[in-house]
Amino acid sequence: MSQGYRLFNGGLIQRDQPRTFRFNGQEYIGFAGDTLASALLANGVHLVGRSFKYHRPRGIFSAGSEEPNALVQLEVGAYTQPNIRATQIELYQGLIANSQNCWPSVEFDIHQINSVFSRLLPSGFYYKTFMWPKRMWMTYERVIRNAAGMGKAPTENDPDIYDKTHAHCDVLVVGTGAAGLSAALAAARTGARVIVADEQSTAGGSLLSRRIQLDDEPAGAWVDAAVLELEALENVTLLTRTTVTSYFEHNFVVAAQRLTDHLPLGSCGDQPRQRLWKIRASQVILATGAHERPLVFKNNDRPGVMLANAAQTYVNRYAVRPGHKAVVFCNNDSGWEAGLDLSDAGVQVTLVDIRGQAAPELEAQARDRDLEILTNHVVVTAHGRRHVRQVEVARLNSDADGLSGSSRIIDCDLVCMAGGWNPALHLFSQSRGRLSYDQNLSCFVPGESVQAERSAGAANGTFDLGFAFSEGREAGKAAAADAGFRQRTKSVSPKVDAKSNSTDIRPLWLVPSASDHPPAKSFVDFQNDATAADLQLAVREGYRSVEHAKRYTTTGMGTDQGKTSNVNALAIIAQITGASIEATGTTTFRPPYTPISFGTLAGRDVGEFMDPVRRTPMHEWHRAHGACWEDVGQWKRAWYYPQEGESMHDATRRECIATRSAIGILDATTLGKIEIRGPDAAVLLNRIYTNGWKSLPVGACRYGLMCAEDGFIFDDGVTLRLAEDRFLMHTTSGNAARVLDWLEIWLQTEWPDLQVYCNSVTEQWATAAISGPFARQLLAELCTDVDLSNQAFPFMTWCTGHVAGIPARIARVSFTGEVSFEINVAADYGMALWSQLMLSGEKYGITPFGTETMHILRAEKGFIIAGQDTDGTVMPADVGLARMVSSAKDFIGKRSMLRPDSLREDRHQLVGLRTDNPKEVLPEGAQIVAEIKPEPPIEMIGYVTSSYWSEHLGHSIALAMLEKGASRHGEQVWLSLADKQVRASVCDPRFYDPNGERMNG
Amino acid sequence: MLLIECPYCGPRDETDFKCGGEAHITRPEKPADADDQSWGDYLFMRTNSMGTHYEMWCHSHGCRRWFNVCRDTLSNKIHAVYKMGEPPPRVDDPTRSRSQ
Ligand SMILES: [Zn+2]
Repeated sequence: MSQGYRLFNGGLIQRDQPRTFRFNGQEYIGFAGDTLASALLANGVHLVGRSFKYHRPRGIFSAGSEEPNALVQLEVGAYTQPNIRATQIELYQGLIANSQNCWPSVEFDIHQINSVFSRLLPSGFYYKTFMWPKRMWMTYERVIRNAAGMGKAPTENDPDIYDKTHAHCDVLVVGTGAAGLSAALAAARTGARVIVADEQSTAGGSLLSRRIQLDDEPAGAWVDAAVLELEALENVTLLTRTTVTSYFEHNFVVAAQRLTDHLPLGSCGDQPRQRLWKIRASQVILATGAHERPLVFKNNDRPGVMLANAAQTYVNRYAVRPGHKAVVFCNNDSGWEAGLDLSDAGVQVTLVDIRGQAAPELEAQARDRDLEILTNHVVVTAHGRRHVRQVEVARLNSDADGLSGSSRIIDCDLVCMAGGWNPALHLFSQSRGRLSYDQNLSCFVPGESVQAERSAGAANGTFDLGFAFSEGREAGKAAAADAGFRQRTKSVSPKVDAKSNSTDIRPLWLVPSASDHPPAKSFVDFQNDATAADLQLAVREGYRSVEHAKRYTTTGMGTDQGKTSNVNALAIIAQITGASIEATGTTTFRPPYTPISFGTLAGRDVGEFMDPVRRTPMHEWHRAHGACWEDVGQWKRAWYYPQEGESMHDATRRECIATRSAIGILDATTLGKIEIRGPDAAVLLNRIYTNGWKSLPVGACRYGLMCAEDGFIFDDGVTLRLAEDRFLMHTTSGNAARVLDWLEIWLQTEWPDLQVYCNSVTEQWATAAISGPFARQLLAELCTDVDLSNQAFPFMTWCTGHVAGIPARIARVSFTGEVSFEINVAADYGMALWSQLMLSGEKYGITPFGTETMHILRAEKGFIIAGQDTDGTVMPADVGLARMVSSAKDFIGKRSMLRPDSLREDRHQLVGLRTDNPKEVLPEGAQIVAEIKPEPPIEMIGYVTSSYWSEHLGHSIALAMLEKGASRHGEQVWLSLADKQVRASVCDPRFYDPNGERMNG
Repeated sequence: MLLIECPYCGPRDETDFKCGGEAHITRPEKPADADDQSWGDYLFMRTNSMGTHYEMWCHSHGCRRWFNVCRDTLSNKIHAVYKMGEPPPRVDDPTRSRSQ
């Protein structure tokens, strides 16, 4: 295909580097330096998509990141990305893009029917129609999303890699237009560390789009020299293709840099695709420029209707004529400048200005070129479905609220809207600065700075290019000085020769119509299909607050965040309600400025790097023996060890029986271990645990319950007294860090007088726990320097010795209810110990078991797991551990146990449940009811916290929290499950060896 | 992301720290003697200031020390950082009223 709309000369494209690309299956050619949008326009393609709600044909609207219409699905398969702005996609060889929001094709779209029935789709339609009945919403939503979807998310894994980096600087400059480059140069020359970022592929900002003379040379020469100087300075980092997306507290700024997006797919090797910059800046200069406003008239959304500065950009920067015959509709001088540039590129131009006159030099130049000039006129409506063919223009009456005389038709294939400028205040607003409305400029400008930040240039409402240079320069100097760089430097702004510099504007927020008012299909928000009529309806229905009206009409809520629509919407609402724009409100901009892909935010923290994995020294053995894993905090714990053909239940049944009848072995390394040392160590434990610790002799162990100050159980575990001034505390596996934090905050904030320090030693030890009737026999074989008899080494004591020749600390504690020994050795010996235990234990039938069997065995004993059987509302007495609560001392949480709510008789208490049908295993979380009623409400009196099949006992067992549970033993309750009701009887939670004879023996 | 000056290490990103909520909440000397009302106040009642707020922070990924921060909850400006046990500094910035 030939590029029929390409100019022969000019532009910043490389005509010797053609790029072939496909759009909607059709092959086209553009040039290096094009965007997808400019390359499409060069080929005469305006129609790129369908609108969200009405599926109206939509074309290229802008030339930058404010684009609401030209969103495409870029690439296919794993590389596909939805909602990418064609105006920002740099053209590369082999690029593939497709339209969104249309089926079966952009030319013929079935959902266009919405457009015909648009009277039935007013604002709030989705809310009104589809919110009832509520349970149908899911169904409706699926249909709506399917019909109106905003592009498709990729279904395959992202094949690219992404990076993150942190950076610090004295001055961060956002934007490289006239103000930004001037600021960067001025700051950099003082020696300050400067980062300059711009979202475009090259520096220059609007200087690239306009035909400006600087110091009597084209602006490009000045830009090139500035970039050369900045690149040569070691204290400057110049980042192009880098969008500053977010501005947070204390000058923390986030930017997304596109590193290889502009290169052909698969050509970048292992280079990252994008990099997320996290920048802490002493000073920030926002030189983000301004966005042009569209004008609101009937059918202003037709393809071929675009912003005037976009048309100017396509002509000057991309050497593309966006049409042959243009109508420029403006309310300020910048439209005239665009018109003159279009005319010079061979476009036939009619200038329609709301005002009575433009700047005299502009009028003179327009006359020189023989342009048709219609002052005090408006474009009333555009005609043409898939491309604008004509416009109707009419004279505005003297009050500017109606038309005078009849309208006239002008043939055209391009309409340029120049409705004035909105400073790009997004980052300023994110920095929590308040916007203020400038009556003269008819736009919002930055108010007082809240952070160490200043705005410069068009972003500050300084639309005059000459002033933008000097304001940027002064901002750069001042920011550097505030960052401590006061060196005097020479910076001179260039002499500026621009066609338009005037800021004379006459706002007309809504163009009147001859017939209906407000005119139908006068679009305000193009991406979300919100019209002036929608806004009027919203106000009429009572949504007078701008925030409500916005949400009701979804204005400004698209992926473009209303960059081109917010101020128009606000002004139209103000006009309808009769309030001033200032009183009507402003919009708060939230990060990000433009969407960031999840990949960029995730960086390298994906897959196995998403969260650190902790493995025990015996991990490889577990893996080699087929362990299935359970994640406990960051730990990988063996869950169960299935043998060939075994299900999880088969495996745990076998592991349970082996432990109860022979020996089971558990890797208990992951239990949290904290050494507590110092003369006041016992005092600390006495205050932290509910039970007493001072009398615990060296060599003994004790089970402790830890509560928060509200009296609720927070952790539990066994603590060993290693010496008078030294304890080893065990915590639950997932809670070790929190417990250490807990001890430290009390020591540092409330009891700094205590002489104690705490150290995490979890990873210094490997622990193998052997349990079962033959555990003592096995250990005796491997440990000859300890008397293991029950008299010499009773339950809840510990001693040191050697196991398999390895120095070990052995504790007689039990979580299984059998005789158990926890053998702790230095972590490096963990695997040697484990292997030797397995080898020597073979003749006894030693069986490794995982967390699931551990849970079953402890549940048979009625031992709770903090966090499973307790949920942060459970006190020690509630789980039958009132005896663990000391009355002789104060401890954390004690006072709370005496609050009225803690003393209520109807508190939930731990019980056991036995189902009438012994084979019925209740689901955990099942609700307990006293009686079954035919329909809700049925009073719920408790819930199941743990539930298992007990192979050893031959029936199911469950632990539950039940209202007044302790006094209900023997009663019958019901469990209402999804598909049936199950009856169970309440019992003591200790199902197995209630008096502990086995583990004590 | 806040930039917090740890009194022991210097300025670090907020992600280095953990916030421990309002500072200068005194635990009753003898909890057993506290009535339900005052114990409940100690447990649950916090000022939730809009403006100047005194709060505890821990440099949990650094020196692990707790210290106090005086921060404006509206602007996030940090007025002062001071060690545990030190008296709260007076801040001229009056707590802003809710109407603003
Ligand atoms: Zn520190």
